[in-house]
Parts: sequence; structure tokens; C-alpha cells
Amino acid sequence: MRRWFDDLPKYADDQSWHPKGVKRCRPEIFLFWLGLPLTLLGYFTVGAVLCLALGLNQTNMNDYFAFGVWIVVDLAVIALGAGAFFTSFLNYVVGKTELKPIVNAAVLIGFICYVGAILMLGIDIGQPIRGWFGFWHANVHSMLTEVMFCITTYAIVLTIELLPTVLDNKRISRVPEFGTMSHNLHTIMIVFAAAGTFLSFFHQGSLGGMFGVLYARPFAARGGIGIWPWTFFLFIWSAIAAGPSFTTMIVMLTEKISGRKLTTHKVKMLMGKISGSLLVSYMVVKSADTAWWAWVKLPSMGLTMDDMYHNPYGYWLMWFELGLFGWLPALMLLQKKVRESYGLLFLAMLMTCTGVALNRFIFTIQSLALPVLPFEKFYAYLPSWQEWGIASLVLGFGLLVYMLAYRYLPVFPQEPELNDD
Amino acid sequence: MWNKDKIRFGMVIDLDKCTGCGACSVACMSENNIGVLHDETDKIRSITWLRVYQIDNGKSFPDTEVAFIPRPCMHCQGGKSGTPGQAFFQEDPLVDAEAHPPCVSVCPATATDYDEETGIVSQIPTRCIGCRYCVAACPYHARYFNWYDVPWPKGTPRALSPFVSPRMRGVVEKCTFCYQRYQRARNKALVDGSEVGEMDYQTACTEACPSGAITFGQLQNPEHKVHKLISSEHTFRLLESLHTDPKVYYMSKREWVRKMADNYVTRHKKLAKAAAGGGH
Ligand code: SF4
Ligand code: SF4
Repeated sequence: MRRWFDDLPKYADDQSWHPKGVKRCRPEIFLFWLGLPLTLLGYFTVGAVLCLALGLNQTNMNDYFAFGVWIVVDLAVIALGAGAFFTSFLNYVVGKTELKPIVNAAVLIGFICYVGAILMLGIDIGQPIRGWFGFWHANVHSMLTEVMFCITTYAIVLTIELLPTVLDNKRISRVPEFGTMSHNLHTIMIVFAAAGTFLSFFHQGSLGGMFGVLYARPFAARGGIGIWPWTFFLFIWSAIAAGPSFTTMIVMLTEKISGRKLTTHKVKMLMGKISGSLLVSYMVVKSADTAWWAWVKLPSMGLTMDDMYHNPYGYWLMWFELGLFGWLPALMLLQKKVRESYGLLFLAMLMTCTGVALNRFIFTIQSLALPVLPFEKFYAYLPSWQEWGIASLVLGFGLLVYMLAYRYLPVFPQEPELNDD
Repeated sequence: MWNKDKIRFGMVIDLDKCTGCGACSVACMSENNIGVLHDETDKIRSITWLRVYQIDNGKSFPDTEVAFIPRPCMHCQGGKSGTPGQAFFQEDPLVDAEAHPPCVSVCPATATDYDEETGIVSQIPTRCIGCRYCVAACPYHARYFNWYDVPWPKGTPRALSPFVSPRMRGVVEKCTFCYQRYQRARNKALVDGSEVGEMDYQTACTEACPSGAITFGQLQNPEHKVHKLISSEHTFRLLESLHTDPKVYYMSKREWVRKMADNYVTRHKKLAKAAAGGGH
């Protein structure tokens, strides 16, 4: 009679879990590299335990900088993770099937970004055990309520979107039930892609809206239509411009590190083109918004641009965001020559992502840094080591999940044909 | 959030009378069970519902002049602009005007609210999740987050006021215009079958000020002192150009003090304001 553990040696055979038709490094080497995310997660754990046990006095935040590096990282990774919903939308809903080779990677990266952000937010609130009050005592007027609802539900949608890739693992798919489930999920994926698009669209907007509605904080305050400040639309716009760039950049980095080709260059060029055209249109609107704010909105509050920029948060931030990491990569990505070159495409995409992350930094930190009362002081803020520990969660958790997924799941359908193993 | 009611509590602080002694702050801390932290020199993390700012006219000796600005929560009405002459609370009460304090609509957990009956902006610490979004929204820095648990010395909890719950670490708190005093006054009036009179409900800071700089009452009630004071030409509010519509007013005969209340675009505009003689 066969006993259950007779099969164990077979399951322990690492190679039998690898995706079909591809080669992966030896288990020892993989284990060695896992040390990197595990170290980062260890650093996170120390910070998290300190903050949860002793309170947020472990950070360098204060009553002036009510938000700090965590919110910046949250906003940035959520914007960059937008590649997931936008690529799924284009692939499943619009029917741009040329993007199929990259859609799994986009969903995986989105999943990492969202789950990482939610975990971090759980520590950022002063009373984590009351986190559910936002759902229970929900204030429908608050942009943050919408963010909480949409991020949570979208993380569930992302998990469902990711599930077929997990079930398609060589060994798991041998279990007939899982195989059928995966097949069924594939056929209804359009429903989740559409739901994800709707949810993501709204919370990307609400994250921007969170700042635009602060009508008494002149740096953040913007006009808008109805209950939606312009930042609502600008955040969506910039997220769908940067998301595809970020996904592609990560794929390119994986190619360089693993030394394997994962998608054709045509797919990357297409992602670059999508990113570039969206970024150009975003830059037009963002520049208009900045001009209106500078010439109309600020003077109406008795302020000028000069009041808004103080060192270390000087004008250079604006030029970096709008010029060097805004217009420049936008125009670069529109050039076919740039997109054709692996290095230049990567550079332009990196600049795009930097610009959008910088935008989130500026909205969070600079809005709070500026004293509004004429007799208030100006403060600057630097995160504490504990804060950095918690911020490194996204990186540590992300690397861990990404490394495991790359090794064991068929994330890149084009990989077998592009490499001769 | 509709402004249908006639009662709007507010405050007028005469800056020419304020000596900066801080008695109001101390009275506030004692009335509202605000604890003393291990390190009270860390001013950007300590809790002072009523903070006294010191300002000066920027001139060197012998022309230096100093003034003090006590700053409680402004209990902003928001949503509508207005000067003392044509303020929100004198609008036609039949016209619905939505109140919109900067901090209330942003709270995801409805842990801070605008009381339509009194115009007081409340805070419910037991419901606050500590996201600090309201802290970011308030331009007056009137909201305080509990970065620490209060290290109450042994025995002191027994001396705390039973009418105000002490707060725990990780939540936001702020001035409530001593709402517990209003509740007590209302209960008393109910038992006596009378109305809440002007002197039945006064905040702790108003009572404590030795120079009588603070006046508290119903802004719309012609019988109340505050009502008369706010129509003085020397009355102004902080940051009026942001349309937060505070219910805390200030008075000063000194022009430079009035001008410290808001931001002005140009020197030219500043001079024009000065020539007009008003700070609002
Ligand atoms: S914005 Fe600030 S001053 Fe105004 S009601 Fe809210 S806490 Fe008070
Ligand atoms: S800190 Fe508390 S009161 Fe302030 S917005 Fe968050 S939940 Fe609401």
C-alpha cells in the first residue's frame, strides 16, 4: 500500500515545480538570494514591532508632518502598480491581445504593490485594531473612505486575477480540480479585469482627491468639478501613464538579472508607446493645472509661488517633477528611436516612474511643510530608521513574492520560445 | 450638515488685553484632562488645545512690540465666505447652507463631526482610528495626535475630571469649547425649566483669563456680548482668505497685529488694506 509520505521525495524535487520549458538556477543559489528579501523583512519586523508596541512616537512624524514616508511610499507604489489594472483593461476589455505576454507580470506587480501598501497603512494608523471603523462608521464624504474601500476590494480582485497563474503551475495544474478551476477563471477574467478597472480608477482618483480637497492647505488645494478636485483626475492620469512603464521596467530588470529573454522587444515598445502618449497628455493638463494654481488659486489665498517653495523643498522640486522627470521622458517615449533602444527605453521609463513618485512625495510632504499661519514656523522632516524599516516592507515582500513567482509560476508565456533551453 | 439652527457659539479674544500669561492654557489642560508628557519641550508633539503664540512687529529695539495670540480650535463653519458684517450666521436661516469645516468631511471614520445645533466641531476619540488626515487638513494646527500614552503619575488619575474621558495613544484630540459644560448647563436648564443663559455656559479659558481678554457666547444672539464685539471695526479672524469661517474672532487696535492674521500677496495689497483700516 502506498503511504502519503511515499510521494514526498517527488514533491521535494524543486525542478518539477518550475514552469514548463524553462531553466531556473540551482536551489542553493536561489536560497542564497532569498536572503536579501528576508533581511529586508527582518528589518521591517523590527520597525513594525517597535511601532505597534511603543506607538508612532518611534517615527519622526509630528503634528506638523502628520503624514510621512509611509504615505509617500504608499501613494507611489499604488501609482506604479496601476500597470496591473490598465494592462488588464487593455488586454481583456479593449482586446489589445498584443499585451498578453506581459499581463501576468503586470498583475503580479500590482498585487505586490497593493498588498504591501495595505500592510503599511495598517501600521500607519494610530489605532490599527480600529482599522475596520472606516468601513463600519464610514463617512461617505471622505476621500479616504473611498480609498479604503477600493484598495481593499481591489486587492481581492488582484488576488483572483493572479490565481490562474498560480493554478497553472506545472504541478498544481496536474490536480484535475485545479486545472478546471484555472480554465474557468481564464474564461471569466474579463469580469474581474472590468471590476478591477472600475475600482482602481476610483481609488487612484480618490488618493489625488485626498489632497485636492484640503481647501485650507494652499499647496494642495485645487479647483475642480463638483466634488472632484482636479487632483482626482491628475492622479488617475499619471498612474496610468507610469504604471505600464513600471511593469516593463521590472520585466527588463528581471531579464538583465536572470540573463534570459522574457518578452519580445515589440511588447516593451508598445508599453513604452502607451506610457509615452499618456504621459504627454498628462503633462499638458498638469502644466495647465500648475499655472492656474500659481496665477489664480494662490493669489486668491493671499499667497504667491515664492511662498510655496522653501529650501530644502525649493523650486528645484517643481522643475524636477515637471521638466526633467515629466516632459523629458514624455517626449523621449514618443520617439521610435528611443523605444527601439533597450537602454534608452529603460531610462525613459525609469524617469517617468521617478517623476510620478516625486509628484506623490511633493503632494504629501510639501503640502504639510508649508506654514499657513503667517506666524507659524517652517519645519522639515526626515524619517527615523524605524520608519525606513517599515517602508522597506514593500521592497522585501515584493522581492520575495516576485522571486518565488518567477521561479515557480508561468508568469512569462513567451519565455520558452525566446530562450533555447 | 445644514446650518438650520440659530445657536452658534463663538469666542472673541482681545489681543490688546492678552498678556500671554498662559492661564487659559493651564485651565484648559485641567478642565479637559490633558496630561503632561515626559518631554514637554518637544512642542511639535505635545498637546496644547489652547496654544498661545507670541508674535512681534519685526522691528528692533526700541520700536519692538509684542503680542500674544491664544489659539483654540476655531470651530470653523467653512464652505461660505464672510466678514463680521455679513457672516454665515446672519444668513437667512431658511436658506440651507452647507457647513464644511476643513477637518470634518475628510475623516474616514466619522470620528469628528459638526454639531448643527451649536456649530461646535466635535471629536470622538474612541472612534478615531488615528489616520491623522484631519491633522493634515487643519491650517491652524489645532488638532493634536497622541504620540505617547500619558504617563499619569501615581494617584493623579483620581484627580481627573469625571466629565471628560482621558484619551489613549494613537488618536487625535482638540478643543471642544468645553462641550461638557454645555451639557451640564443644558441639563440644569431642563431641570429648572429655564433657558441656558449667557453665563451658564462659559469655557474654562474664558473664566480663567485674569485680564478678561476672552469673551464667549452666542454669536447671533444680540443679548450676548460676543455679538456686539464682532461688529467692531477692530475684529478679525485668522486666515479669512481661506474661507474656513472660524467662529473664534480676535480684536486689536494695533494694525500690525491685525495684519498678522492672514497672508497678503503684495506689499501694495498690504498697504491698500492698511489704508482701508480693517484687518478683514
Ligand atoms: S479645521 Fe482646525 S480650527 Fe477648524 S474646526 Fe477643524 S480643527 Fe478646528
Ligand atoms: S485621525 Fe481620527 S478624527 Fe482625524 S481623520 Fe483620522 S479617524 Fe478621523
